[in-house]
Amino acid sequence: MNDLEQALTGLGDLSEAATSAAERFVGSTGTSVDIAYATMDSPIGVLLLAASPAGLLRIGFDNETDVLADLARRVSPRILEFPERLVEAKAELGEYFAGRRASFTVPLDWTLIGGFRRRVLEATALIPFGSVSTYQEVAGRAGQPKGARAAGRALGGNPIPVILPCHRILRTGGGLGGYAGGIDRKEFLLRLEGTML
Amino acid sequence: MRLPPFQILLDTYREDIFRFLAASVGRVEAEDCFQETFLAALRAYPDLGDASNLRGWLFTIAHHKAIDAHRRRSRTGISMAELPEVGDSQEPEVPDQALWARVRALPPKQRSSIVLRYVEDLPYRTIGEVLGCSESAARQNVRAGLTKLREEYTT
Repeated sequence: MNDLEQALTGLGDLSEAATSAAERFVGSTGTSVDIAYATMDSPIGVLLLAASPAGLLRIGFDNETDVLADLARRVSPRILEFPERLVEAKAELGEYFAGRRASFTVPLDWTLIGGFRRRVLEATALIPFGSVSTYQEVAGRAGQPKGARAAGRALGGNPIPVILPCHRILRTGGGLGGYAGGIDRKEFLLRLEGTML
Repeated sequence: MRLPPFQILLDTYREDIFRFLAASVGRVEAEDCFQETFLAALRAYPDLGDASNLRGWLFTIAHHKAIDAHRRRSRTGISMAELPEVGDSQEPEVPDQALWARVRALPPKQRSSIVLRYVEDLPYRTIGEVLGCSESAARQNVRAGLTKLREEYTT
C-alpha cells in the first residue's frame, strides 16, 4: 500500500459522532417507527416494554433479543429503542412495584392476543388488585367452563404480564399453578398485592 | 427470510455509515446525510426482500444520499470539495483536510468506490454490489479515483 492509499485509511475515530447521530435519528423518526421499546429495572428483574402507536404491546421478563425478534416477525421490524414513548408505562409500573398503584390506565395494544386467549385475558383483566381467581373460573368467563387447562395455556402466552394480571389466577384449591415468567415472580407479585403471605 | 429489529442495524452499522458519509460529504454534512440515510432505510425496511446483506443495502442508500447532498451544494454554488489554500498542509503524506477535500471532489462512483475500499476496507466484489456494478468496474473506479487523487496529491 502506498502513502496515498495509507492516508485514505486514516479518517480518525468517529464512534462518538456516530453514536450521537444515531440518538438524534431515533428522536426524529416520528410515525415511521412501528414499535418503540425500553427496558426498566424492577423487583422482578429487568423488564422489556414494547409499544405500538396504539398502546403497550408486550412486557418481557428475559431474553430481550428473542422478544424483539419475535415482535419483528409478528408485528413489524421497524423497531427502535425509544424510551420517550414508554415514559407513561414505566411510571405506572414503577408506582405499582412501589405499592402506590393498584390499577393501570396505560393503553394496551391487543394485536398479539386473539381468539380464546383474548377472552381469557379479558376476563383476567377484570380481576382487581388484591383478588385472585382460578383457571376454571376464567375459563368459564371465557365461554369454556371445562377449559381450565386451555385457560392455563392461554395465560402462559400472556404478552403483557403484570398489567394483564395472569399472576392472579391460581389452581382451584389454592395451588399456585404456573407462570411463564417463573413461579418466583408470581409469588412476588401475589405478596406485593397482599394476597399471599 | 427474517428481518432483525431495526435497532440492531442502527447499533451495528451506525459507525460504518457515519464514516462513509464523513469521507464522502465531510463531517458537517454527514450529520444530515446520516439522518436521511437511516430514515429512508427505516421506511423501506419492511419491504426489503433480502436480509442477507443489510450493511451493503445501507451503504447503497448512503451513497445516494451523499450524491443528493453534493447536488444540493452545487445548486447553492458552494462546492463541498473546495480546496483549502495550497500550503495548508506541511506534509502531504499524512492524512489531512486537503486530501479529504479532493476525495469529496471525485465523481460519485469513484468517490464511493475509494471510500468503500480504503475507509471501509470492503472487497471489490462487495463494492460492486453496493454501487450496482461489476467487480471489475468497481476496481476500475478505485483505480481511476486513485490516479486522479495522485495527480493532485503530488502537484
